[in-house]
Amino acid sequence: MDFTLLTVMAGAGTLGIVAGALGCFTVLKRQSLLGDALAHAALPGVCLAFLFGSAVGIDPRHPLLLLGGALLTAWLGTLVILGITRTTRLKQDAALGIVLSVFFGVGIALLTAIQHTNLGASQAGLDKYLFGQAASLLPHDVWLMAGLGSLVLGTIVVLFRHFQLIVFDPVYAGSIGVRVRLIEVVLTSLVVVAVVVGLQTVGVVLMAAMVVTPAAAARQWTHRLSTMVVVAGIFGGAAGALGAWTSSLASRLPTGPIIVLWATALLLVSLLLSPRRGLLWAAVRRARNRRRIRAENLLKDLWRLGEHDGRGDVARAVTDVLAVRAAPRRAIDEARAAGLVRVDGSMIRLTPDGKKRAAEVVRNHRIWELYLSRRLELADDHLHRDAEDMEHALDTAVLDEIDAALGYPSHDPHGRPIPRGTTA
Amino acid sequence: MRASPAPAPPEATALEFHDLTVAYHTKPVLWDVDLSVPSGHLVAVVGPNGAGKSTLLKSALGLVPLSSGYVRVFGQAYDDVRTRVAYVPQRESVDWDFPASVFDVVLMGRYGRRGWFRRPDAGDRRTAREALERVGMAEYADRQISRLSGGQQQRTFLARALAQDADLYMMDEPFAGVDAVTERAIIALLRELRDRGRTVVCVHHDLQTVREYFDWVVLLNMRLVAAGPVDEAFLTEKLQATYGGRLGILETAATQLLTERQGRSTK
Repeated sequence: MDFTLLTVMAGAGTLGIVAGALGCFTVLKRQSLLGDALAHAALPGVCLAFLFGSAVGIDPRHPLLLLGGALLTAWLGTLVILGITRTTRLKQDAALGIVLSVFFGVGIALLTAIQHTNLGASQAGLDKYLFGQAASLLPHDVWLMAGLGSLVLGTIVVLFRHFQLIVFDPVYAGSIGVRVRLIEVVLTSLVVVAVVVGLQTVGVVLMAAMVVTPAAAARQWTHRLSTMVVVAGIFGGAAGALGAWTSSLASRLPTGPIIVLWATALLLVSLLLSPRRGLLWAAVRRARNRRRIRAENLLKDLWRLGEHDGRGDVARAVTDVLAVRAAPRRAIDEARAAGLVRVDGSMIRLTPDGKKRAAEVVRNHRIWELYLSRRLELADDHLHRDAEDMEHALDTAVLDEIDAALGYPSHDPHGRPIPRGTTA
Repeated sequence: MRASPAPAPPEATALEFHDLTVAYHTKPVLWDVDLSVPSGHLVAVVGPNGAGKSTLLKSALGLVPLSSGYVRVFGQAYDDVRTRVAYVPQRESVDWDFPASVFDVVLMGRYGRRGWFRRPDAGDRRTAREALERVGMAEYADRQISRLSGGQQQRTFLARALAQDADLYMMDEPFAGVDAVTERAIIALLRELRDRGRTVVCVHHDLQTVREYFDWVVLLNMRLVAAGPVDEAFLTEKLQATYGGRLGILETAATQLLTERQGRSTK
């Protein structure tokens, strides 16, 4: 890896860490678009700083000058947002929308104006603030980003408990002496600083993704705020460095958008695969649950058929069993795979394991029916359906308790025996 | 079967509101309220929706700007006695999907007392654990707050307030949306606090339980209608004055019915 690439990777990684960690607070505070609005509000600052530099005769393209201008108007944007929400009845999202569009509009107007003046020749340096141009990062840019980033991370460490409180429960925070408005201004100011860190790398348009995406991804993996901040920093840093590296592999790949794509990939993986919150596991759990309910119902039907004609444990026609509740054929395949039933040609019967399990299921169903009937005084004709809905969701320990509370009854409300143990 | 009177606390008056007016934008929420709440009582703040009950609590905690008048807590400005006051906000006022455990939330009760830039120490953790035990949530300490029932959320908030070890507890609808078991546990806890000389002020919605649960009552509908010991202030005509003003005929009749029934059942 050459030095230029390492520089770009370091810069993009720094941005990712800072924006990711900070983003946790704004995302949890439901201010995901704050970063977006403030990034757009930075554009007129860049243009004004350029004009100022040209007018007084200093290098109008110096990054310190341009970032200083960005800092000023982005911060002005925060004041306008706070002012709107506090003095009018407009809600936060409206305030964010207004600031984003107005400031960005002014920025674009200034950019176009600069293009048409005689200063236009040197304007080429300005449009990189729109979409970012990470490849142009120089070591001194990265040092500046690292300095500002350390300021942000340091403030997060020092004010962690303040931030936690004003995000989770601002009213309570006020009651124990937190100066909520001051802390909110500090938090928003940190977002402004993070935006300035990201301007050269991803630009004003894509900055929102750096603040929102790593934080949203990190939320999937942890239930602790401190861990979430660390994980979001790691995700953001990884997206930044990976994006810088992959965009260097082919010529003319824009770095900013590739970084954002990496962050989005991390988010997708997190949404699908994270334990507990992952959509994939939820789907697996649902499918497994459906399969279990299918099997339990099949066992119950087999048991009942035996009870009904008094011939007990004999083989039944597969079609008869499936007809009881119009069960799908795969219910039998699944039960057979689990060793609960044996199928010979068109006939099916319970295995010893299946018989034991069936006795349990029938017992649970009938105890639950009895409980509903005695304690909740449900009408007899409602019992069966309500019991069917609930019995699969109750665990055996709960049913044991109910069984004991009912005094270990021998028959259900319809007069059918409640099987117990393997003797039934 | 009320418990024996509490040992006399250092201040006889917990809360004083002097000519208090609070307005949101231009709409007054509280109008010229003059009220003294003695300490050592279990106090219900009662009134219809929008009567300013929550605002009354928040005004005492310095959480809303006052249009005029002032509030004293234990005879002082709130900022000077802050560590002696614990606030329990409405349960629905926060997002319970926030990444924190029950213990994390209870530990927040120690933040204000121990200095902001110090990590909570073993003593803070012990206090937080004890608070969880008192609300019957000890085994839920590590549970994600997103996986709590409504009653457990309320107990968590109560434990956070207990961890503050305060003299005055201000609770915004602690019984809203909790199950019967939790309601009984909470009222037992509030009585225990009162019996140890603490003052508990609750915004309360259920007129039927006021006599059973509380010994002091504030009737509020933008203006102060009545305040005093339940036997003296919680009267039919006062309730009518509280609920009648803004309600239609039907609701007035319902309130009347309710209070009549209450009058009979307590005789």
